[in-house]
Amino acid sequence: MARMAGRRLLAAVPLLAVVTFGVFALAAASPFDPAKAYAGTSGLSAGQDVLDRLRENLGADRPFVARWWDWLTAALTGDLGDSASLRQPVTQVIGERVGWSVLLGGVAFALAVTVGTALGVLAARRRGGLLDRTVTSLAYVLEAAPPFWLGLLAVWGFALKLDALPAGGLTDTGSDVVTAGQVASHLVLPAAVLAATQLPWFVLYVRQGVGDALTEDPVRGARARGLSERTVLLHHALRSGLLPVLTLLGSRVPELITGALLVETVFSWPGIASATVEAATKVDFPLLAALTVLATAAVLVGNLLSDLLYGLADPRVSHEEM
Amino acid sequence: MTARSIRGVAATAMAGVLAAGAVACAAPGGGREGGAGDSLVVGLANEPETLSPLLGYGKDGNSKIFDGLLRRDAGMKLRPALAAELPKVTDDGRTYTYKLRQGVKFSDGEPFTARDVVFTYRTILDEKTNNAAKGELDAIDEVTAQGDDTVVFALKYPYAPFAERTVLPIAPEHAAKGQDVNTGSFNTAPIGTGPYVLTGWSKGEKLTFKANPGYWGGEPKVKKLTMAIIKDDDVRATRLRSGDLDGAVLPPNLVKGFKGDKDKVTLTARTTDFRGVTLPTAGKVTGDPAVRRALDLAVDRAAMVDKLLEGAGRAGYGPVPTDSEWFAEGTERPHDLEKAQRLLDDAGWRPAAGGVREKDGQRASFTLWFPAGDKLREEHALAFASDAKKAGIEVKVQSGTWEVIEPRMKDDAVLAGGGNPADPDFDLYNLLHSSLALDGFNNMAAYASPDVDKALEEGRRSGDKSARKAAYDKVQQGLADNPGYVFLTDVDHLYVVNDAWQDLTTQVEPHDHGLGAGPWWNVEDWQPAK
Repeated sequence: MARMAGRRLLAAVPLLAVVTFGVFALAAASPFDPAKAYAGTSGLSAGQDVLDRLRENLGADRPFVARWWDWLTAALTGDLGDSASLRQPVTQVIGERVGWSVLLGGVAFALAVTVGTALGVLAARRRGGLLDRTVTSLAYVLEAAPPFWLGLLAVWGFALKLDALPAGGLTDTGSDVVTAGQVASHLVLPAAVLAATQLPWFVLYVRQGVGDALTEDPVRGARARGLSERTVLLHHALRSGLLPVLTLLGSRVPELITGALLVETVFSWPGIASATVEAATKVDFPLLAALTVLATAAVLVGNLLSDLLYGLADPRVSHEEM
Repeated sequence: MTARSIRGVAATAMAGVLAAGAVACAAPGGGREGGAGDSLVVGLANEPETLSPLLGYGKDGNSKIFDGLLRRDAGMKLRPALAAELPKVTDDGRTYTYKLRQGVKFSDGEPFTARDVVFTYRTILDEKTNNAAKGELDAIDEVTAQGDDTVVFALKYPYAPFAERTVLPIAPEHAAKGQDVNTGSFNTAPIGTGPYVLTGWSKGEKLTFKANPGYWGGEPKVKKLTMAIIKDDDVRATRLRSGDLDGAVLPPNLVKGFKGDKDKVTLTARTTDFRGVTLPTAGKVTGDPAVRRALDLAVDRAAMVDKLLEGAGRAGYGPVPTDSEWFAEGTERPHDLEKAQRLLDDAGWRPAAGGVREKDGQRASFTLWFPAGDKLREEHALAFASDAKKAGIEVKVQSGTWEVIEPRMKDDAVLAGGGNPADPDFDLYNLLHSSLALDGFNNMAAYASPDVDKALEEGRRSGDKSARKAAYDKVQQGLADNPGYVFLTDVDHLYVVNDAWQDLTTQVEPHDHGLGAGPWWNVEDWQPAK
């Protein structure tokens, strides 16, 4: 197991280098002009000489390979460079924001997994029953609903109509101290919306997995031995039914990141998402590269984690063969 | 890890979520009272990229954290701020001398001196400084301090509106020097002489300020100021309704929802925020003076104001709005479709197949771009195309990012926007002077008229107001005779605010409207309503 983790980590290093190279190449090929993007609205009144000067100061006229190499070698020494779009060092941008994104994503993910598994098991118990049909159709509806639309709906319902929860931000808008209680209450809506966007996958996978497991020989055997329905469901069916869900855990990470991007925007959540959008549209190479590394690392870790869990949950799987 | 311990983890996570929910129920957030307190929370659509004046923050005044040498009052007249009085202009408009206010301190306690002014302007003009608006200070040749309390600007050429540029905020040399001006800590932790001190900036969420007790203009009554950044119009309206915000900028259709609300007032800020269509001089169709004049007459500006702006705006005939003191009376061009058609007939543009005119085998057809995602510009573009069609001119409306649009600006039309109310020179010169044709985003239509060029130069160099007025009348008449752009509307900016303060006003606002515009342009002077 440790050897597998080590192998994966070693493989991640060249992969990350290739991914950042790709990001630099794509950004260089994009029609966005870093100088104009940097100038923003004042660029619309800027003359050519000012734009040329900006381009030179930002190094935007240099070939992307050279910029990538400079970035990479500096990054290896711990210097991630300066973000042009946010006018601060990249480490500061990430340091200020990534924690809030991890909190939001983590809570939403945990919520989606637990609620999704519970609903999936309940639906699988009586396939075709009323509960199953309700849960399944709700899951399909949720799957089709865009996250930002769900977000607006939640703001309208819970913040406006019921006045039960704050509509956005990390703390009350008028307050400038960050307290755990404030953050917790402001976390509820965005986390619930983000969880809702992930929920259908878990519900449907668990329902399928557990439902299939319930018809398999070991479960039928257990029932025949007269074990209680509860024991059969939780100890036999759930264990083998959850296996596909474990692989799902890792593969949901990319979508969790894109979902968080939209949800953070709707709820003015001060996470990494708005910085990502900014970095992409403003061709902010250093920030974009650092964020890509982060996202790639999150996906790799997610996959590693789901493989590890799979191996632990299913004794037939050997980590050494992965 | 076994299935049992997985369940354990899940249970712990669930407990955590429930605990968070319980806290939420115990302390429902957001429900603030609507009455006047000593705090104000406003919702804005745009966040500044930086808070450093050296990179362009607050260049048009009203920066809250900083003061300029001058500031503008509600009537847009220049008033002294960090300067003790308005500047003395000598040497035929080439030298501007500012006497500085005594006893002003930065919020960290250090005194403000002439050195700070010199440092600010020199740093902005420095080649290494990434300030995209530095072109606005092009006229400056040299800025020097004479003692602690006098600053002298020597200009390259006589520049009448120069004083308008000196509303630019002054940064303290002692705090901003010695770090990378483009990315240093001063960008996010500014220190100024202004009425408010930054207490927090959670990027993408909000900026918080507290009143500066040592402010030279007296400590503001509104002690705590929060600027919440909410990009989405609907979310901003929702949070205003839920009491989370005390005021916000909103589009006209959402303002309607607050009309019946007794606790809220709607303020309409007049602007010089124009929308217009560029008619590229190099275009085969748009370059023909007859087509330009016909289009200028064929558009129904009144209908656009009614339908697109829901009445919140005015018809526009040039960058100078009709209610400005600089507007040339008599240059209005009322909607006249018949005259437009007659002009086209006389110029040889004959009706042909599909209702589109032709002349010497050239179809009267061109492309009009608008920046993708800008709904107001899209609506203007479609309305323009539909009006042009009635005159027999086909306008193909397309959307794209500025990167797509810019290389095509030479031949294709663009739905442009802009406007700076401070001085007619700022918009007119950049939009119309032939030397700036297709220079960056200046003069996008490549407009070229020797008479207009001459009048623009007279207007900028002359220190005499009536001479300037005569020059700008000539420019506007030139634009009426040969419209290089079809100006459509000036867009009002609408704000909804809790009715808890006395005598709120707005200034005439520019195209951009960030922290400094809106009713809160002078929040430091607000008094609670009785």
